Amino acid sequence: MKVEEKIALDAIKNDRESHIKLDQKICKSCRERMCITVCPGYLYSLNEETGDMAVEYAGCLECGSCKIACIYNSIDWDYPAAGCGVQYRYG
Amino acid sequence: MTAAYHLAASGRQVILLERGDGPGSKNVTGGRIYVNPINKYLPEIIAEAPFERHVVKETITVLDDDASVQLEYANDRWRREPYMSYTLLRATFDSWLAEKVSQKGAFVIPKKKVDELLWEDGCVVGIKSGDEDIGAHIVIAADGALSFMAEKAGLRKPLEPRNYAVAIKEIYMLDAQTIEDRFGLQPGEGAANLFVGAITKGIFGGGFLYTNRDTLSLGIVVSIGDLIKQPNPVPASRLMEEFSVRPEVQRWIRGGELKEYAAHIISEAGAEGIPKLYTGGMLVAGDAAGLSLNLGLTVRGMEFAVASGAIAAEVANEALAKGDLSATFLSRYEQKLKESFVLADMETFRHTRDVLENKRLFTVYPKFLSELLAALFTIGQGKKEPLYASAKAAARKYILNWEACKDLFSMRKM
Repeated sequence: MKVEEKIALDAIKNDRESHIKLDQKICKSCRERMCITVCPGYLYSLNEETGDMAVEYAGCLECGSCKIACIYNSIDWDYPAAGCGVQYRYG
Repeated sequence: MTAAYHLAASGRQVILLERGDGPGSKNVTGGRIYVNPINKYLPEIIAEAPFERHVVKETITVLDDDASVQLEYANDRWRREPYMSYTLLRATFDSWLAEKVSQKGAFVIPKKKVDELLWEDGCVVGIKSGDEDIGAHIVIAADGALSFMAEKAGLRKPLEPRNYAVAIKEIYMLDAQTIEDRFGLQPGEGAANLFVGAITKGIFGGGFLYTNRDTLSLGIVVSIGDLIKQPNPVPASRLMEEFSVRPEVQRWIRGGELKEYAAHIISEAGAEGIPKLYTGGMLVAGDAAGLSLNLGLTVRGMEFAVASGAIAAEVANEALAKGDLSATFLSRYEQKLKESFVLADMETFRHTRDVLENKRLFTVYPKFLSELLAALFTIGQGKKEPLYASAKAAARKYILNWEACKDLFSMRKM
């Protein structure tokens, strides 16, 4: 099963704005793309054309792995606004 | 919640601010809770709590790429009350406990995200949530492994990749009868299964499988430090997927319906990762205090959270009674944690990670075990060599060397 199909099973209410902000200047000089590797939701991706990193914040499981993994401090990460984000029904 | 429960029971005015739609909605566990150390902190709670199953058997599965060894240990003592540990689901358990907390008189306010601490003369005097300031004599930060509040208070060290693991978890729905038949359990009984070896591709970590009443909790835990150091990185999500389709896992979960996909951070730093636990007007408890302990065979966290919450409440009560919320007075929180199993166990097992972070545990030793047993069990075409010769060949290849001696020796640190 693809990761996005798994996340689609979760109860997630999305905010209009992303709770994750990337500093593209820092991302541009990153070779490792650690965020792509660690994210359980596989939400990070590199736009080959623009060279920008993007994160599909709507599928965020709010673990914070990306924030920890990005040793270049590009990721400005906060929890989503109250009432938004994933709501675990099992946990 | 334990802190809120005790403080409210003592007649204090308590506000519990929950970021999610309800307590538990933002929490994830493997998992299971060991209740022996915490019965005294929440006696009536432990007795009535909506746990899933009490665990009666422990299984370890060591995996090579295409072979595995499984060891199952069952103990009759665990089949009789008082039970040692229970599997649980946070949404169920937390919402139930929140109800108990409310009944004691605390205000449990959901959908409230704490953004900042309020300060006065170097002491925490409340919190800020959106535009709202909420004053408090004392703040107990139990805001999880990322603890922004501990960070803002200057208590927490920066989060280093080598100190954290990411856990990915899937919940499969499977009827109770099938679970009991497959795992060899009586109604109400549970099993805990830990997986180690090829599934993490040399990365520090492992898999877990816990039986709940009519669901299974399946997951993988991998070191973030190791994940990002991979020369040809395999994404964490793929490790989880490949783990879940292994025959050794499918034999337990097949036919189960996937209901939830979750993730959480776990501190793997042990005692080293514990931040400063108090400052003027504030205490730190649970995961926010780095209180999780990975001993390979047992993985602990929730009982530390309950105990630290109870002890935080005790100290908060004393501080409020005396009218002294200074850091100096609140230092007795750390003192009491040291006198309890919480910091005592964290300290006892301080060096565990040195032993467990040995790559050979995930690569060489599983391979050795697999090849040894392959040699012993296989009947090929020609003549079979003596068993001792087979065993010696496998041992020579993998463990009759200096590294293995050192590894064995290092086990003493546990």
